[in-house]
Amino acid sequence: MSTGSQSTAASDFSLDSERHTLATTWRNYIAKLRSGDLGPIPAMLGIGVLTIAFGLARSDTFLSVRNFGNLLQQAAPIIVISMAVSFVLLLGEIDLGAGFTAGVVAAVLATRLQANWSLPATIAFTAVVGAAMGLWTGFFVAKVGVPSFVVTLANFLSFQGIVLLITTEGGSVGIENKPVIAIENSNMGVGLSWGFAVVAVAFFGWSVLRKSLRSPATNPIQVAALKIGAVAVGAFGFVGMLSRNRAFSTSPKKIIGVPYAAPLVLIILLGTTFALTRTAWGRHLYAVGGNQEAARRAGINVTRIRMSAFIVCAMLAGTGGYFLASQLGSANPQIGGGDTLLLAVGAAVIGGTSLFGGKGRLLNALLGGFVLAIINNGLPLVGKASPFGITEIDFSKSGVKFIVNGLVLLLAGSVDALSRKRSAA
Amino acid sequence: MSDTKPILQLAGINKSFGAVHVLHDVDFAVYPGEVTALVGDNGAGKSTLVKCVTGIYGVDTGSFSFDSQPVTIHGPKDAAALGIEVVYQDLALCDNLDIVQNLFLGRERKKGFLLDEPTMEQLARETLASLSVRTVKSVRQAVSSLSGGQRQTVAIAKAVLWNSKVVLLDEPTAALGVAQTKEVLSLVRNLADKGLGVVIISHNMNEVLEVSDRVAVMYLGRMAAEVRAKDTNREQLVQLITSGRSGSIGLQPATAREAGE
Repeated sequence: MSTGSQSTAASDFSLDSERHTLATTWRNYIAKLRSGDLGPIPAMLGIGVLTIAFGLARSDTFLSVRNFGNLLQQAAPIIVISMAVSFVLLLGEIDLGAGFTAGVVAAVLATRLQANWSLPATIAFTAVVGAAMGLWTGFFVAKVGVPSFVVTLANFLSFQGIVLLITTEGGSVGIENKPVIAIENSNMGVGLSWGFAVVAVAFFGWSVLRKSLRSPATNPIQVAALKIGAVAVGAFGFVGMLSRNRAFSTSPKKIIGVPYAAPLVLIILLGTTFALTRTAWGRHLYAVGGNQEAARRAGINVTRIRMSAFIVCAMLAGTGGYFLASQLGSANPQIGGGDTLLLAVGAAVIGGTSLFGGKGRLLNALLGGFVLAIINNGLPLVGKASPFGITEIDFSKSGVKFIVNGLVLLLAGSVDALSRKRSAA
Repeated sequence: MSDTKPILQLAGINKSFGAVHVLHDVDFAVYPGEVTALVGDNGAGKSTLVKCVTGIYGVDTGSFSFDSQPVTIHGPKDAAALGIEVVYQDLALCDNLDIVQNLFLGRERKKGFLLDEPTMEQLARETLASLSVRTVKSVRQAVSSLSGGQRQTVAIAKAVLWNSKVVLLDEPTAALGVAQTKEVLSLVRNLADKGLGVVIISHNMNEVLEVSDRVAVMYLGRMAAEVRAKDTNREQLVQLITSGRSGSIGLQPATAREAGE
């Protein structure tokens, strides 16, 4: 698209036709940041700062490869549920019941497997259960017109009840199915890990290069090369690190390779991002989130879009239920409860997804999820310490953990509010 | 210009809301290649007439013809199918989407089931260029970053992207500054020069006289007069708007009195 139409005057669409170099791309990017469109920068800064802080405090444990593997597995369920909630956040709605939606699916999963259902049959059944819960929520929000806050608050209570009933009031349903347990507890072999990294880098490279070749003026090849290089270094470094044995030296069993959770989360991220950015459905979802009336006048079936977003949200939250069940190795009455939902919504917001709708990407959920996972992983490792020599604090206390999570969320919300003010000005 | 046949013609339109008779035997015509200004005081029935044309309201009695063929308009879809588009005052744009995304909203070009971005981008540029839009830096700019005049331009471009034949603009310059108003008015003129039938609702008489070929004046639900812009002046228009008649043109004194009661 470098030339544009013949009749176009030279001054028109100058940004589209001007030949971009590394320098102009950088300048445009800075201008975008200054206009208040921060994108994933705050979350990435958060990850960087937290890693350095915890790394300085406990380089022996926090920065160990073993902990890195753990971190990926700890972050996965929150990230998946956060991606689920993002679909309704993009509409400017909320799903307070997403945690227990995951819980219900986890409980159904556990009982079906215990009843000796095959895994494919169980997956199909839980998908139907998830879709049904989404349809229920979507019906009341989009058709009846009850605010999603109320509907999903009701879900929060009633889905919790369903989990209790399924797990027979306080019992815990164990899961023995190997593939399900593997999601959060096993690693790919070293060969497969490298294969995964190569495929991931190749895919990323292909998509970036394609864009660059199609419109070389606006997407200069140097920028594409830089991006691909950075991702390749990151991916191969990541696999290289995880390809070392990270079991305790006393343990007879080796722990090697990338946790299965990593490619699974990436595949989910890719699939959902694709649906949001490359299909008309995704475009309409953003439109409804941005200006419902405009979407309606453009002929978009707003009710159907809103219903479908809640269905996708519930099904994806259900997928998060698999991660939760795998992590626990069972389904208990508390599964999907506690801080699950709050962390999921928090992760999306920290990543930069707006609660007012229309703004955000699913990658935000991943980044925000890591910020929270790092906090929850790092604080207990720090233990007792006296920052700046003021007073000794026991960072491993869960009270401290909650307070820090809350403050980080507040910080992210403030960054969002200030950047919105800036772009409105 | 009186030789051309109207692209859209309304005859004897009556519309009541319950006991309130809003439109009385209104005749209205839109000519291709001309700008018709629709003026009148608040409550004269301009918006109701526009909503009847676009199918948002059904009419009680009266007939429509489009391109000299009798047609019926039962809803917004019928109007859109004929090529009648409206640009509302609130513009109906999604701030969070970019120009291309807004232009094609609800009517995206696809390759298989995927969005065909290069084609849409190209078409967006061609449409804006054909409207002589000079101020947009990139068609991938978010609408939130555009000025009021640029937004109006995008909303108008959205209406003409679909080979529309008639475009109705509801007070397109009401919220704009001087320079931007000029820009939008030249765009309106441009549309007519491309052969579209353009209707512009406005309260600004200078603007009406500057941009339009015909002026249709409504007075309390009746079509008081349809005059050539070059044959009229500001004082006459104001008189028509406020009393329904001016000298020999306008409503009969009896009708004007009856309407006023």
